[in-house]
Amino acid sequence: MSMRKNIVIVGGGPAGTIAANLLAKKLKKEEASITVIDKTGKHVYEPGLLYVTLGDQDPKGIVKDEKDILNKKVRLIVNEATKIDTKKKMVEVKSGDRLNYDYLIIATGARLCPEEVPGLKEGAYHFYTIEEAIRLKKALGNFEKGKIVIGVGGVPYKCPPAPAEITCFLDYKLRKRKIRERVDIHYLSPLPRVFPIESIDPIVKEIFDKEEIKYTTFFNVESVDPVRKEVHSLEGETIGYDLLILIPPHRGSKVIEDSGLGDRGGWVPTDRYTLKVKGYDDVYSIGDATDLPISKSGAAAHYEAKVVANNIASEIKGIESHDKYNGKVICMCDTGNKAIYLNFDYDHPPKPGHPRWIYRLLKLAFNKLYWHTVAKARFL
Amino acid sequence: MGEEPKVDRLIDARNTFCPGPLMELIRAIREAKVGEIIGVLSSDTGSKRDIPLWVSKAGHKLIGIYEKAGYAEIVVQKMK
Repeated sequence: MSMRKNIVIVGGGPAGTIAANLLAKKLKKEEASITVIDKTGKHVYEPGLLYVTLGDQDPKGIVKDEKDILNKKVRLIVNEATKIDTKKKMVEVKSGDRLNYDYLIIATGARLCPEEVPGLKEGAYHFYTIEEAIRLKKALGNFEKGKIVIGVGGVPYKCPPAPAEITCFLDYKLRKRKIRERVDIHYLSPLPRVFPIESIDPIVKEIFDKEEIKYTTFFNVESVDPVRKEVHSLEGETIGYDLLILIPPHRGSKVIEDSGLGDRGGWVPTDRYTLKVKGYDDVYSIGDATDLPISKSGAAAHYEAKVVANNIASEIKGIESHDKYNGKVICMCDTGNKAIYLNFDYDHPPKPGHPRWIYRLLKLAFNKLYWHTVAKARFL
Repeated sequence: MGEEPKVDRLIDARNTFCPGPLMELIRAIREAKVGEIIGVLSSDTGSKRDIPLWVSKAGHKLIGIYEKAGYAEIVVQKMK
């Protein structure tokens, strides 16, 4: 009987790709076969979407073929995973093929569900896909005067600071265009403050007040009326708009829901330290797919992938390893000409710090370096 | 504050800072059926102020805040 283990990774976003590349570095061919199943075969660097919308980022620069990023030892199957059967230890893809696994890593990410908020699809723009980022860029380019309202259509959503980030960045761009005095910017926050992290909130609020960005707190969007151009909250408020930017509600991936592996939102119940799917010893979940109450972000995905790759590789080699994910997240929030740097984990709350241009420079550099470092699991 | 009620869903948001316990509660309330009871574990002292504020504004019911060792369990019922 072959001792070679089958590792199957569902999803080729940052989480699945980093895990696959790390495993390929740690394990010899005779120790394991590593397979990534990805629906599109295209890898999108999603933090770049903000720069497609408001910067000069060419959309082509934030997408690469997954096969070019994956280590040569990793097999890529471009197909949609349609069923995960944890009893038979098998993943089925749309073409009908079945793959058996000894270890499964669920890295299926989040799915945008604009249809969950009535009127959102017709009435609002967003920047969470390349197509929508381009559509919003055009709309903003044609916008000369009126009221721009920015918010989120539901929780959770990828990158919790993103709505505040695009608000500050948009203010900066409109000032550069010298039309800011003709435009009202109104920010809607689901929380009692403008920024998700309480200790950072005064810093962002200072920017909002200085730049005359209006805001309404405790505004959780219930519906959009695209004819009257109004957005309604479940707290009972109504706000009018000329241009609405609303991040659509997210759910877990369809294959998770179809396989009965998710909670009510389709998120995979995951142990916050071991990253094992609750109730399983051979199934892990990383990245946006999990139900963990942490930022759905590439940084979390990256640190989680390291823990899981290390533990699986050690187990295959017969070495004892009990690496734990410590909740680490790094975030650089771009305000247009500066950025706020945040670094925290389960045991260390984020430290408040003012925006600095150097952090923005680092963020812009990382946007380019991602492809050559993190995605390829180099220098990790 | 009497005996602790049985919750339909418990969210462990201890030691997490972003998006934070209130955002986790809002998510659970959105997903819950009317009448269901949600418990949130939070080690963030701000939650004891923020969560009751939101619950009252959104028209739900705060059942209670139960102090534990180093965290609180905040229990909310979805009312509409």
